[in-house]
Formats: sequence, C-alpha cells, structure tokens
Amino acid sequence: MNQTLPADTPPAQAPSDEAAGAEILLRALKDQGVEVIFGYPGGAVLPIYDAIFNQNAIRHILVRHEQAAVHAAEGYARSTGKVGVVLVTSGPGATNAVTGLVDALMDSIPVVCLTGQVPTHLIGNDAFQEADTTGITRPATKHNYLVKRSEDLARVVHEAFYVARSGRPGPVLIDLPKDILIGKAPYTPAPAPEAVHRSYRPQMDPDAAQIARAVALLKSAKRPVIYTGGGVINAGPAASAALRAFVRRTGFPCTSTLMGLGAYPHNDPQFLGMLGMHGTYEANLVMHGCDVMLNVGARFDDRVTGRLNAFSPGSKKIHIDIDSSSINKNVPVDVPIVGDAGRALAALMAAWDADTTEVDKPALAAWWKQIDGWRGIDCLRFTQDMTKGAVIKPQYAVQRLYDITREMKKETFITTEVGQHQMWAAQYFRFDEPNRWMTSGGLGTMGYGLPAAMGVQIAHPDALVIDIAGEASILMNIQEMSTLAQYRLPVKVFILNNQYMGMVRQWQELLHGGRYSESYSAALPDFVKLADAFQGVGLRAKSVDQLDDVIRRMIALDSPVIADICVDEKENCFPMIPSGAPHNEMILGPEHGTSLQIGAAKSLTDEGLALV
Amino acid sequence: MTSTALQQRSATISVLVENEAGILARVTGLFTGRGYNIDSLTVSAVDPARNHSRINIVTSGTDMVIEQIKAQLDRLVQVYRIADLSEGPHIAREMALIKVVATGVERVEALRLAEAFRARVVDATLESFIFEMTGGTEKLDAFIDLMRGLGLAEVSRTGVAAIARGTATI
Repeated sequence: MNQTLPADTPPAQAPSDEAAGAEILLRALKDQGVEVIFGYPGGAVLPIYDAIFNQNAIRHILVRHEQAAVHAAEGYARSTGKVGVVLVTSGPGATNAVTGLVDALMDSIPVVCLTGQVPTHLIGNDAFQEADTTGITRPATKHNYLVKRSEDLARVVHEAFYVARSGRPGPVLIDLPKDILIGKAPYTPAPAPEAVHRSYRPQMDPDAAQIARAVALLKSAKRPVIYTGGGVINAGPAASAALRAFVRRTGFPCTSTLMGLGAYPHNDPQFLGMLGMHGTYEANLVMHGCDVMLNVGARFDDRVTGRLNAFSPGSKKIHIDIDSSSINKNVPVDVPIVGDAGRALAALMAAWDADTTEVDKPALAAWWKQIDGWRGIDCLRFTQDMTKGAVIKPQYAVQRLYDITREMKKETFITTEVGQHQMWAAQYFRFDEPNRWMTSGGLGTMGYGLPAAMGVQIAHPDALVIDIAGEASILMNIQEMSTLAQYRLPVKVFILNNQYMGMVRQWQELLHGGRYSESYSAALPDFVKLADAFQGVGLRAKSVDQLDDVIRRMIALDSPVIADICVDEKENCFPMIPSGAPHNEMILGPEHGTSLQIGAAKSLTDEGLALV
Repeated sequence: MTSTALQQRSATISVLVENEAGILARVTGLFTGRGYNIDSLTVSAVDPARNHSRINIVTSGTDMVIEQIKAQLDRLVQVYRIADLSEGPHIAREMALIKVVATGVERVEALRLAEAFRARVVDATLESFIFEMTGGTEKLDAFIDLMRGLGLAEVSRTGVAAIARGTATI
C-alpha cells in the first residue's frame, strides 16, 4: 500500500523553528499537559532521555520493569482521569510492555506508550534490540503509529493523545525510530480543541428518540434495575454525579460491575453491591428477575452474565455505551443508545422529569420488599473467631482495613492484584467515590497492583494508597519495591497470605476433585525481611489479636510497608456462580449451609468446565 | 434465538479508510483475531487527493455477527465509513486470469466455451491459452469448473470489488 501520509489538520499557529525530534517530542508532551512519564531507558531512547535530563517540566519515574511502567501509567490514569504516559526502549522494552497494553485495552484506560525503535534504515534487518513493535502491538492497542519522518512526530503525538482519551479510552503506542529522534524538523502545535479529526469521531451525544424510548420503558417498569460499569468512571466525575442524581430520582435499585465500583456510593441503601461471578446474592437475583434493565457503561461481560441463554430471561434491556461494537455483542438489547455515559444520564434525567407519567409505586415497593428479603440472607456473612491466637479470616482482614481507614477519615486509594483477595476487596471495601479503586478486571493481570499503586501515589502524594495483594501475585512485580524506595512513595502492600494461589485452588477444589496442581505457594520469601531489604518496613499479623495493631502501624508509617497478613488457607470466595451456570444459581458457602463440592451447582457441565 | 437469527448469511462490506501504513494489517488482524471469515478481500487506493483507500470484504456469519463485524470495523481510527452493500442493490465483480494447457479437441472446446462466457484471450501459444474473465463470483466459478476437465492449469483471481447501485455513495 501507498506509504505517503495524509495532509495535516491546519495548526492553530504557524510552525516555529526546527528542533531535534526528541525536543519536539517533549514539547508535544508538555503541550498535552503531561506531568509524569513512567519509563525505563535503553539504547534506542537515549536521545529522549538526554532531552529529559535537560528540562524540568516533566518528571520521569524510573520503574524496574517495563510492564510495571504501563501498570503505573494505568493507576495514574484511573485515579486522575488523565492520560498515563509510558516511555520504553526498543525490542525487549516494548515486548515487556505488551501485557500492560493489553490490560489497558481490556479495561479501557487511556495510556500513550512511547517505544524506541532502531533507525528507519535498519527496520526489518534483525538489528540489535529490534522487534516488530507495531506488528506485535497492533491487536494489543486501540491504535499505534510508526513515525517515519521527523516532521510527522508532533502531529502524531497530538493525535495519539486524542485517540487515547476520545470515545472509549484505550492504549495508543508510538514507535519512534532513533534517527527520527535525532533528525531536525519544525514543531506542529496541537490542533485547536474544537478541531474535528478527519476519520475518528466517536458519537458522544445520545439519540433523543432512543432516550425517550428508554424513559418510557423505565417509567413502565415494575421490577427495574440500573446496572453500571467502568464506562461511568471513564466518563468522569460528572457522570458519577449524574448517575447518583438519576438513581435517587427514580428510586430504582443500582448495582455495579467490578470496574464500576465507586460510581454510585456503596453505603447508599439503593446500592445492591457488586454483581457477577462473585457478586452479591441480591444483585444477581435482581438482574435475573427484573423486567427492565438499564445498562450504563458496562459490557455484559461473561463474569456478569453467567450462561448467556439463561441471562435475565424476562427483561427488556436498555444499553448505553460509547462503543457501538459493545452493544448487541453478547446480549441482544431492546433500546441501544450510543453515547457518553454522563451525557446520556443527563439526557435521561431531563427526559424523565419532562415526562409526567408516574411510576408504579406499589409495584416498586413490592420489588424493594423482595430485594430486602434477598438482602436478609446476608450472603457476605462470615464468622471470625475472636479468641486470642485465632486464625484471621481474609474477609475480616479486608473489613478491618476498611473500618480503620474510614474511621481515620483518610482519603484512601485501593489497588489489587488478581484472585480471591481481589474479590474480597471488591466485596468488603465499600467505595463511595469514583477513581479510588484500581484493579485489573478484563485481563486479570497478576502483578498489576503494586505498580498501579505506585502510579496512584505519584498522582496523589498525600493520600493513603494500599495494594491489597495475594502472596503469589505480589511476587510478579516485586522489583517495584525499589521504585517505591527511590521516590519515597509510602505505598502499603497488604498481603492476604494464604499460602496458595487462592482462586486457582478454589476452582481446583470445585471442578478438579481437590487436586491442587501447582497452586501451592512454595518457597515464599519472608516478606518482613523482603520489605527491609527494599528499604521499607515489614509487619506481620499471625492471629486476629495482632491485626488491628498491624493495620494502624502500617497506615501511620511514612514509608513503604509490606504487611504480611497470615490468613485462613482454605477459605473460599462466596457467593460464586460456577462457570457455565446461570446467574441466578449461586453457591453461597458454609455460612449458609452449602459447600463447594463437585456438582454442588446444578448446572455444572463439560461446557462449563471448558470456560475460564 | 429464532432459527433465522442463527442462519449464516453472506455479507459484502466496503470500508473507506485512510491510505496509511498498517490499515490493511489492522483490518485483517481484526477478522482473524475475532474469528470472523474472510471469503474475499480486495483493496486499492481510490482517491489520491483525499488519501482514501477502499477495502471490499466478503464475509459470512449470523446477523448478530455481521452487525458486530460492522461495528468493530467502524470504530477503527483510520476508518472513515463502512457500507454493507448486501443490504441493498449492488454490483459485485471479480476478475480472473485462467490458464488452460491443452491441445486438440479440448483446446477447441475451451476456446468455444470462453466465447460463450465472453472471456477474452490475453495469451495464446500452440499448447495453451490464458483467458481473462470479469463477472460475478458464480459466473467465474462456473467457467473455472468447466475448464477443469479441459486442461485447467492455473487460476489467479482478484476477489470481489463491489459498489452500490444508483446515486448512493459510501
């Protein structure tokens, strides 16, 4: 295909004098409002590092693994709403970043990843530290670029930021050959904010007719539910505010996916808790038994729907999403609405108020009565033996962490790794504000939490940032403890240490006859000594009487801390929808008389076994 | 789901894209990555002034899958517009170069059939012909099938280029 590049969007001012590519790059980043870059140097990016050395506007955070750089950028982005920026070198630098990029793609996090590349005349020659970065990352990013001329560099950077943050946010990669960084060219300023991109123009405003249809459906509902997801978080704090206003105006129950927690306050009586595979009993039953479902910014992920042909069989569904390819992908819906979650919620509110139809108050009251009955089951109940020396239940550890941080009124940000501890954090740490919860939902990347916490702490230097981790996950990016030490980031690593890869062990107990193949965390390091080796502080709680004290000390210390919380090894995460089961068939666990045996779920089949 | 919803159908989709390096790889990567079928794919620059290229894809799937494919294509950054030509009257043509190596009776028969199908002879030796044929996929398939018994040696096909009838443009 033709190699020429398209005509530029006219710049806001005339281009100025020539400068080296690396200087142009930094100027473009600065013009995009970048304050922090997470990166790791290498041969191909030395010109950029030289330019960084000579300026003060942008701060560079040196990570210890390129994957961590991307996760840190993700944590930064999710906790601030800004675009996270990564700088890595060619070859292994870029390939190490791929996991982070796919993670950002799955969770729709705006990240711009700058990768070095060998000079243009060596591309395709198997040069030292060369990789086909654009080829490898094409399916791993929302979009990627290879800059072939220095004149295009500034324009591409501005466009990359636009693509990363517009429509459904996502990771954008810019591959920068070394000769482009050295060659001189004029600078092209960012296009004016109202300038329209030639081909990529996501629809932000919802269609008025669809909004009217949605409101008519909602007003006629007898058993409604509002199901929200990460799209509300991505649409900014205004969208969360609009959601709260709308839920309260309608009086409807509200539930949230893992990625949407915090958009609606957890402690509000209209909130049902998280839904899905480890969601609450009431949230899943409401979704199953509703007659009208309003989905705002969620994507009917398989963790939420359970078996698709048994998902919410009797309901009419309204789906608001900024990405039209998410609509009617898994679940056919009745009223599709493409648009930004915040604008759509505002439009719904206006249409709701303008429409004088009254809701069916008796039906709604009966629905809430039924919901309260389901809530009465108290599906998240667990029993913690409080005698001195008793083993700590992991749920209790998270609950105490939540209670104490709440009592201290500290602005707290939580990141997690992946597994049982992640589910317990989602269940027991009740988020009342958006952008406080950073977790790897779509890809489920172990090793996400510690670097993400780093990114959050950089963005919020005075806040309390806690990585709730498992002892298996924390080892995946443990080297970032060094970054915490270098930049004096007082991140708290709260390890729920159950000596197993908990979620894998739970599935092996349920589906594979208790054959715990390779899920035991053998040869664990002494985490207290490990913290010390990384110039942090290590704490340990071995029994319930030690827990509160360790939590308080962890929070009070102005340094990185690893708190090794030894918890019950065989505790399982409930409720649970086993894979292949419908979302109203949940296993509730020993507190409620059921237990995790093979076939405990009525619908366990080979098909279910084949699902992740 | 109703039985019609589960039926596979063919769809001819045209995609107007920025003529930029990587767009073809991105589109084909989209299809292979998500397991969609590519029955035919053609691409060429169509408007150098505006730097547009056009990709024509023939794919197949259920109604829901075809809608997904269109939505996935539409959200690519370098895609301007897509058109599902199979939704309305359209023209779909492909071109084939067909080499037949034969002598005697078979050679004569091949030439006669080529006339009947309105294929042109673009190469001739005493032992072979190359026919150039333009038409719908079924017409090309029929002719090639006939040539199989008459010394068909090699086929080179372009894939389908398609355009909507009437005044509508992509």
